[in-house]
Amino acid sequence: MRVVFKTSYDPDIDLHEHGHSRAKIAILLAVMVALPFLVNDYYLAEAANTLIWSLAGMGLMVAVGHTGQVSLGHAAFLAIGAYADSALMSAGAPFWVSFPLAGLITGIFGALIAIPAVRMSGIYLAIATLAVFVIVEELVIILEPITGGVGGIMAPSITFFGLSFDRYGALENFYWLCLAVVALVTWGYANLLRSPTGRSFLAVRDSEVSARALGINVTRTRALAFGLSSGVTGLAGALMGHYIGFFNYELFSIFVSINLLLVVTIGGLGFIQGAFLGAFLITAVPQIIAIMRDNLVSVGIDLSGVPGLDTMIFSLILVGFIIYEPTGLYGRWLKIRTWFEIFPLARRDMFRRQKSYLKTERMR
Amino acid sequence: MKLLEIQDLSIHFGGVKAVDGVSFEVNEGEIFAIIGPNGAGKSTIFNLISRVYTPTKGNIRFEGQDITGLKAHQIAGLGIARTFQNIELFDHSTVLDNLLMGRHTHRTTNFVEDILFLPKVRREEREHRRRVEQVIEFLELEAYRKKMIAGLPYGVRKVVEIGRALAIGPKLILLDEPASGLSVEETRDVAFWIEDMRRDMGLTVLMVEHDMSLVNQVSDRVLAVANGRPLALGEPAEVQAHPDVQAAYLGTGAAA
Repeated sequence: MRVVFKTSYDPDIDLHEHGHSRAKIAILLAVMVALPFLVNDYYLAEAANTLIWSLAGMGLMVAVGHTGQVSLGHAAFLAIGAYADSALMSAGAPFWVSFPLAGLITGIFGALIAIPAVRMSGIYLAIATLAVFVIVEELVIILEPITGGVGGIMAPSITFFGLSFDRYGALENFYWLCLAVVALVTWGYANLLRSPTGRSFLAVRDSEVSARALGINVTRTRALAFGLSSGVTGLAGALMGHYIGFFNYELFSIFVSINLLLVVTIGGLGFIQGAFLGAFLITAVPQIIAIMRDNLVSVGIDLSGVPGLDTMIFSLILVGFIIYEPTGLYGRWLKIRTWFEIFPLARRDMFRRQKSYLKTERMR
Repeated sequence: MKLLEIQDLSIHFGGVKAVDGVSFEVNEGEIFAIIGPNGAGKSTIFNLISRVYTPTKGNIRFEGQDITGLKAHQIAGLGIARTFQNIELFDHSTVLDNLLMGRHTHRTTNFVEDILFLPKVRREEREHRRRVEQVIEFLELEAYRKKMIAGLPYGVRKVVEIGRALAIGPKLILLDEPASGLSVEETRDVAFWIEDMRRDMGLTVLMVEHDMSLVNQVSDRVLAVANGRPLALGEPAEVQAHPDVQAAYLGTGAAA
């Protein structure tokens, strides 16, 4: 176990307590930057997809993991981000203008929705966000001039100063673009968590009555969290639109909302790392199932005719995690790490008290 | 000088008069206790002062300013901190973070500055931490600084909650049963801390307490309430000897 000798408050304020963990992040980032030279296009495209899902996962994590607001409507924010970005680009705005603006539009929309919605909590908020999702889905179909209606639209190709970032034409560039966006958002998210704003989010999640007694405006804090959450999800939506290329309202179905909720729950509620682990699981599992299915055919078992196999496996994973590991993949990782760090002093019941749940039904 | 003035405070929940015409004043630098049997309306008075409830009648003045119309989250900024009878800490955060949350009213950065973590944010964080460390030292919480609340024993949580209220840097602190559930030793510590809050920090303390030894030891004046109505106000011994107070506690016919 590493012990840092502190002579000022700064190591506690810094993102990393010691150089070792800073180096780990630097190595991870370096590997991610070098990925286009290491793997072929198929895996690179999958990596870009995972990054986009991580971004959306971080968006939802702000709401669910850090402020305790369950949302079933985040697919709507993905949709708004994607359509806003495409519409702005079609109107002639360059990507570096349309992309942040798409996030801003989604964020403001989310915050506006939140002002009445955050007075609800738990299952009621989940239902309200579901209603928002249905309304947005209908709007997408109705607003045909912008969204192409049921038929869908083609996401414009991204070019920066004459450089192409097209998903098909220049996949490496598109991947680096996603990576840059994800890295920036992660940095901002980590900053948020060590700042007064992030602490006020946690305060609102854990006890509204004492948050108020400390001078925190609960309604405004929850609306801010929801706005930030939807803004980041909007950015992910914009990238998702470019990634898919040609899309209509079906890309942003209710199942996407549910998958996003899976990302944050399985990944580990309340941890940024959880969003990444969850996103990896969600994007990798269908591929693994597909590969396994193909392999089974070669031994004479044909499962291609079985509908809903992916969904069933997903659900089993979720149920398994909720029962056996409510802190998610990241929580499990923390336990394994601690076990090694303090070896051989780990005890069986060390983590018993640290179970965390979605605080949805808390009395206020 | 009068710090807190309560005039004719009443709140009715339907036909239940939880607090009914209570008036009292707390002077600056005073330790003032409210006592009374269960359900007397003591905590309700606290909830009225911290604006969780809106009174049906009457008003509350703090430093001469009428605070009856303010929102609950505006109270801390004035310098009124409180603790809760049933501990209301942020269970999934560390002791340090809980105390830092108490510094919320002193933040001047907005969320954009926070996300970018500008140098200004770091400067403020250092200052918050310095103030929080003073509280940690005062309450001897050094050993628990980085511990999660969820794993702490009851007595420590109780102290952390007092610490969080002190981190606000208040002028008036409302302690809702600070000694409930504590051992004799822990209660004695609380008594010392309450006296030190006044002596070292210049705080005014208003507390609800059942433990009469604590009340006798620290409080200057005591208000006894029963069934939402004030019974007696004065020095601890005087109030306890009052026939109405004895009747309310013991149920004898002495008051009749």
